[in-house]
Amino acid sequence: MTLDTVKHAAGTPDVELPWRELGLKQDEYARVREILGRRPTGAELAMYSVMWSEHCSYKSSKVHLKQFGEKAPRTDALLVGIGENAGVVDVGEGYAVTFKVESHNHPSYVEPYQGAATGVGGIVRDIIAMGARPVAVVDPLRMGAADHPDTKRVLPGVVAGIGGYGNCLGLPNIGGELVFDACYQGNPLVNAGAIGVMRHEDIHLAKASGTGNKVILYGARTGGDGIGGASILASETFDATKPSKRPAVQVGDPFQEKLLIECTLEAFAEKLVVGIQDLGAAGLSCATSELASNGSGGMRVELDDVPLRDSTLSPEEILMSESQERMCAVVEPAKVERFLAICEKWDVIATVIGEVTDGNRLEIFWHGEMIVDVDPRTVAHEGPTYERPYARPSWQDALQADDAGRLARPAGSAELREQVVALLSSPNLASKAWVTDQYDRFVQGNTVLAQPEDAGMIRVNEETGLGVAIATDGNGRYAKLDPYTGAQLALAEAYRNVAASGAKPLAISDCLNFGSPEDPDVMWQFVEAVRGLADGCLTLGTPVTGGNVSLYNQTGDVAIHPTPVVAVLGVIDDVARRTPIAFKDEGHLLYLLGDTREEFGGSAWSQVVHDHLGGMPPAVDLDRERLLGEILISASRDGMIDAAHDLSDGGLIAAVTESCLRGGLGARLVVPDALSAFTFLFSESAGRAMVAVPRSEELRFTDMCGARGLPAARIGVVDGSSLEVQGEFSLSLEELRSLHESPIPSLLG
Amino acid sequence: MARVVVDVMLKPEILDPQGQAVQRALPRLGFAGISDVRQGKRFELEVDGPVDDAALARIREMAETFLANTVIEDFNVKVES
Amino acid sequence: MTARIGVVTFPGTLDDRDTQRAVRVAGAEAVPLWHRDKDVKQVDAVVLPGGFSYGDYLRAGAISRFSPVMETIIGQAKAGMPVLGICNGFQVLTEAHLLPGAMLRNNDLHFVCRDQRLRVETSGTAWTSDYTAGQQISIPLKNIDGRYTADEHTLDELEAEGRVVFRYLDGNPNGSLRDIAGITNAAGNVVGLMPHPEHAVESLIGTGRTDGLGFFTSVLKKLVDA
Repeated sequence: MTLDTVKHAAGTPDVELPWRELGLKQDEYARVREILGRRPTGAELAMYSVMWSEHCSYKSSKVHLKQFGEKAPRTDALLVGIGENAGVVDVGEGYAVTFKVESHNHPSYVEPYQGAATGVGGIVRDIIAMGARPVAVVDPLRMGAADHPDTKRVLPGVVAGIGGYGNCLGLPNIGGELVFDACYQGNPLVNAGAIGVMRHEDIHLAKASGTGNKVILYGARTGGDGIGGASILASETFDATKPSKRPAVQVGDPFQEKLLIECTLEAFAEKLVVGIQDLGAAGLSCATSELASNGSGGMRVELDDVPLRDSTLSPEEILMSESQERMCAVVEPAKVERFLAICEKWDVIATVIGEVTDGNRLEIFWHGEMIVDVDPRTVAHEGPTYERPYARPSWQDALQADDAGRLARPAGSAELREQVVALLSSPNLASKAWVTDQYDRFVQGNTVLAQPEDAGMIRVNEETGLGVAIATDGNGRYAKLDPYTGAQLALAEAYRNVAASGAKPLAISDCLNFGSPEDPDVMWQFVEAVRGLADGCLTLGTPVTGGNVSLYNQTGDVAIHPTPVVAVLGVIDDVARRTPIAFKDEGHLLYLLGDTREEFGGSAWSQVVHDHLGGMPPAVDLDRERLLGEILISASRDGMIDAAHDLSDGGLIAAVTESCLRGGLGARLVVPDALSAFTFLFSESAGRAMVAVPRSEELRFTDMCGARGLPAARIGVVDGSSLEVQGEFSLSLEELRSLHESPIPSLLG
Repeated sequence: MARVVVDVMLKPEILDPQGQAVQRALPRLGFAGISDVRQGKRFELEVDGPVDDAALARIREMAETFLANTVIEDFNVKVES
Repeated sequence: MTARIGVVTFPGTLDDRDTQRAVRVAGAEAVPLWHRDKDVKQVDAVVLPGGFSYGDYLRAGAISRFSPVMETIIGQAKAGMPVLGICNGFQVLTEAHLLPGAMLRNNDLHFVCRDQRLRVETSGTAWTSDYTAGQQISIPLKNIDGRYTADEHTLDELEAEGRVVFRYLDGNPNGSLRDIAGITNAAGNVVGLMPHPEHAVESLIGTGRTDGLGFFTSVLKKLVDA
């Protein structure tokens, strides 16, 4: 077997390489040759092909994502923005919080448990790499139809995987969503978010600088996980005699990751780490090229020193391996011994595999020969940029003209009651306890709010009560009707949810789930959604700190609904003042804040009663969302409200039901004169929330709303043991509970 | 190098819900005629040196004190050629 | 003199910090103990906290029980030192044979996390003297291998000797025989239970109840009186 060294490649320019099989386009391969001034070695080809893939290089989305930076609102809270492993915001008292949402969609469809588990592992490593102790996880999930056999294959495995990994790491799961829609049948969305907390001075970045500093690979041994492409390279071109490798499904080892967390945090505490990167997609190829590219530019790596699980791996395979639970730290020579000792204490394998060099070449050696000699910037940060064509779909106008307002409405109280029952017992609005009870929400002892609250909330400082809140939202139906507005509605909803808990929104992370960028319809959806999100963030003053793009979520020609998921992070001065959704005391007055209009496009009602998706989504008024948020936060802080719940899917009826059940108390609602009972209960107008106000606070509260110009209508009172809509119908709490709690267990139990 | 296999099973009187879940799924998947399924663990031990009586005795002790929890599990030890 | 209560950390232990907090809230000094050290620093009592030590690989608690620190703890427990095993800690105690029986996978095969109501069956142990027999408390339960089992003879013995310390109320969450949630040894100094009292010592966090504090105050009283 001839090792394909740099020298050999320089001398054999006409050797054919399997660049197409590795996913490169002809012009991309030509560009690689141009950059190097020769043909690439097999190992270099492996690196370029994986780092220039859509997933790693964002080549189809980069030009549009730029807007997040260009339109970024000015804010003092942002400490680390887009471009690092995760964004970091200042939350006060010298604390910084890092957070991010990512996707692991396709792997979860193939192997639900491990796909979801390794998704959690990956996002948590991003958080550690920023210098933080991870403190919580959230999981937005979108599955196919609730009663479809394949959903029963995927969902339980995904939930078990998220729980199995997250619980073993000791991370409370404090939020997320579960949405069922046929459009996700062949492409379920498994997004994973994580939050970490640290002191400002603990922030670490992914860069290798300081000539002579050592590069240490630590964590699990490297095996053949996820090396599909590399094995093509190895078996076809350079060694036809080796047994063919099947790309191994990545299996997560949460225990290994827990050890990784502890030893990394100890190393941070002793100030041993100059730069750090986790190994995720593209493994060592990514870690080395990014560390070098972000740093001074030069690095030398001895691949022979990589601890292996499988000794038959070729160097190309080692470079492409996606074995989990591995990190790369850059450490000054004098501190290496101490770093290794800390790893040994935790029984974590750690090996020096290279060092930072002068100049700007990444040089990788195997058996003493150089097999990679590249400028790391060209690998990690100068990948191709596509300007994919996009155009408003030919069917968009017709879809928007198919007004949901024209759908048949319930004729009378009996039918209204029937439709309320159908809505509340639909899988999307039913209780998700079957899922969330499989997650530990108590570990670490700082969980103040967890699902089914509006936002998850974690206490950061035991003494002062400082805390942070997070909410994730992303209504794909709205985005299908109008991607620009839909993206803004996702942002507005998550923003509203954080404010409803009493926390002030600071920043966002986004997980953009779309179909194929090669389809101009989908690309248009993407462009519109990014534009909407960027514009929305500017208006609300919440910058995008980072995120993830997941493309190619489609089966054949049918793409998923465009689904931009937005995670909003907020801060609260004192978690003791947080406002949950549960009704607390009889006699509290119920107020509906905001304006209710006849807006049913994309609504839960239109889906459940009419299986309809059409018209325009609810209108967005970001200034109103901002005002609503400020009122909710002030009211929470000053004790004017005892419960608050945002209105979104399922409108007011869904929100009141959830608050009743959570508090074990009924409510009597009175339909305002200006609205029909139908609109009152089912409309999904944005910019609204419902609050429960103690009588003693009513005047203070309504005065505040009046002075600030926020419509606030008294709609009822917390009372009794039924949910009664005066003049229309009544549902006892037992009945509500049964409607709410039985659907998901009956489908999946 | 020789391989010794230690099979560990829950004692017969212990409820095995994992085995039951497998058994319930079989007819759904088109496999009839299975009246019971019990799920266990198999340890494959690569032994340095010969697998003589002393080695087997050591492995049995390993199984009894560590690989199996004899409060709830039985084990057996088998040499594979 | 403040009582000193050791809290052990095995690789993969998760609830050690919360347990240390609970010890402090109760008014004692929490002493972290590392699994590799045989020296237990002359603590007055030990808590084996919850978590997934060694990832629960092989069996929950099966590897931890052989740690150097456990050698010392087993000896001292037999000599009367109060030892509390919470969840994974309970699993370590049964694997170490300081308590009888064993833990199996929950019978519905799912991890379950919920506020769990329990009945205190006896206050005659080092860790439950601040409760009264028959008292009902609510503390978080969160595990996947929480089904307690033992043979009939052992179960009868536990009942006859008043060594069942807690029983599950409102439905058995995992199939534990005789609804047993926690037990003690003959001398009453070693107690193991599956639910997590350390997550119920502050009204702001978790369940919002402080029913778990009694474990830690009980042992303090015992140590003060000793």
